[in-house]
Amino acid sequence: MNIIETKKLVKKFGDITAVDDVSFEVKKGEIFAFLGPNGAGKSTTIKILTTLLSPTGGEILVNGKNPAHEQDAVRASFGIVFQDPSLDDELTAWENMEFHGVLYSIPKDIRRKRITEMLEFVELSDRKDDLVKNFSGGMKRRLEIARGLLHHPKILFLDEPTLGLDPQTRNHIWKYIQDLNKEEGMTIFFTTHYMEEADRVAQTIAVIDHGKIVAQGSSAELKIKTHTTSLEEAFLALTGTVIREEETKSVDRMRAGRRMWHK
Amino acid sequence: MNVIYILWLRQLKRYFRSKARMIGSLGQPILFLFALGFGFGPIFQKAGGGNYIQFLAPGIIGMSILFTAVFSGIEIIWDKQFGFLKETLVAPVSRIKIMFGRTLGGATVATLQGAIVFLLSLLVGFQPVSLSLIPIALLFMFMIALVFTALGTAIASLLDDMQGFQLIMNFLVMPLFFLSGALFPLNGLPAFIDGIASVDPLSYGVDAVRGALTGVYHFSFSIDFAVLVGMIILFLGIGSYLFKKIQI
Ligand SMILES: Nc1ncnc2c1ncn2[C@@H]1O[C@H](COP(=O)(O)OP(=O)(O)OP(=O)(O)O)[C@@H](O)[C@H]1O
Ligand SMILES: [Mg+2]
Repeated sequence: MNIIETKKLVKKFGDITAVDDVSFEVKKGEIFAFLGPNGAGKSTTIKILTTLLSPTGGEILVNGKNPAHEQDAVRASFGIVFQDPSLDDELTAWENMEFHGVLYSIPKDIRRKRITEMLEFVELSDRKDDLVKNFSGGMKRRLEIARGLLHHPKILFLDEPTLGLDPQTRNHIWKYIQDLNKEEGMTIFFTTHYMEEADRVAQTIAVIDHGKIVAQGSSAELKIKTHTTSLEEAFLALTGTVIREEETKSVDRMRAGRRMWHK
Repeated sequence: MNVIYILWLRQLKRYFRSKARMIGSLGQPILFLFALGFGFGPIFQKAGGGNYIQFLAPGIIGMSILFTAVFSGIEIIWDKQFGFLKETLVAPVSRIKIMFGRTLGGATVATLQGAIVFLLSLLVGFQPVSLSLIPIALLFMFMIALVFTALGTAIASLLDDMQGFQLIMNFLVMPLFFLSGALFPLNGLPAFIDGIASVDPLSYGVDAVRGALTGVYHFSFSIDFAVLVGMIILFLGIGSYLFKKIQI
């Protein structure tokens, strides 16, 4: 059974077609990796699936519902760790977790227990009452992940969850996510630029480039298809070795600059 | 209910944690009370207007509520830029609830700010006619705060960054303040100023607070009350509609 389906999904921003005729399916309970070079359209697709953006065209179903129209029903079915920061810097680690728990209606006693456990898990227990603005980049990332794992949804979207984390932490977190997937049958949809990570955990991989899906299958299938021996080689064979002249970067830089300006 | 509470609480925590902002935003009302209150006091008295501080204080209370409220609403732009808004927008909670929680929080903060200015005005000689009407004044202050927090939210829903902020301050917030009867009585004004003042929600808000604190209304208790209720419904409606449509 498919828990996520997209058919001919299109998203345009002005003249840029960020997502161009994308169709794929994610089976219930699987770990699905969505790979692609910078600016390929991964985050945009995730934003559409998670109701943050409305598509320009195409059909989508998430847990049997349409994110463009049945937003509340779709929102109740997933959790997400965003690629960009999404914490409140002016609140403490604990307060960020508490806020999330209340938004997701986790009953108080379970909520407190889970928050304690998750902060323990990402080794932030002793900093729980510190304001997030005083955290390092890696600490913030760990807190985002802990928060995303606080409630146990049917589908978990992870947009480059392990970005900027050291290998120890990455392994530790992936082990936890794989356990969740096995024990609760939680569907995992993730993106990453670490190919060995995708190779190790994903059952199905879709590769997107310039807004189009260029290949789909298991890691083994992709390697056979491209006559390569590692997923990284397969990825390069599929998407080429050209470094992306990439709009995101300059937009991000502008955004960062503006942020500093207004801080 | 819990959701609205936690959103409200977040606004309050952010307010109490940024002491600089709290104190900074008291500078302007204090300056206005002193400079205008004592500067124009003698002329106002000579012209037969009575004690100017008595007239001015409710206006300055209204001003500080207006500024704080619009700013609280506008804060959504920051949440967009710093990313926190995404966290609330994907949650399985209706956006109306999110908008209400935030607006109640922002309005509470603005009312607190107004209450502080009220206390400060007592120091420069403002005398409320009756202590028993202070709760009524507070209610009106909260109503002003709701109107303008919702307005700020509506505007912020349309903007992606703070670039338009100066524009909003200079072409919306400042005129709302200066043309509201906060600084001068609305009697015998040239027709166009009178016209603007009579469609400015703050005119009714200031009049309501002034009426409750000094017993003198330009419109009347019931007109002020009715207009404020109408404006709250209108702006909450527009704000919710626009907030619901935010895309990130
Ligand atoms: N709000 C927006 N307005 C205009 N263009 C956008 C917007 N968001 C994304 N894009 C463009 O859409 C394209 C896809 O961006 P997206 O963020 O989905 O890429 P990605 O695959 O997640 O890349 P990365 O690996 O760098 O995160 C890029 O060209 C980007 O510049
Ligand atoms: Mg991305």
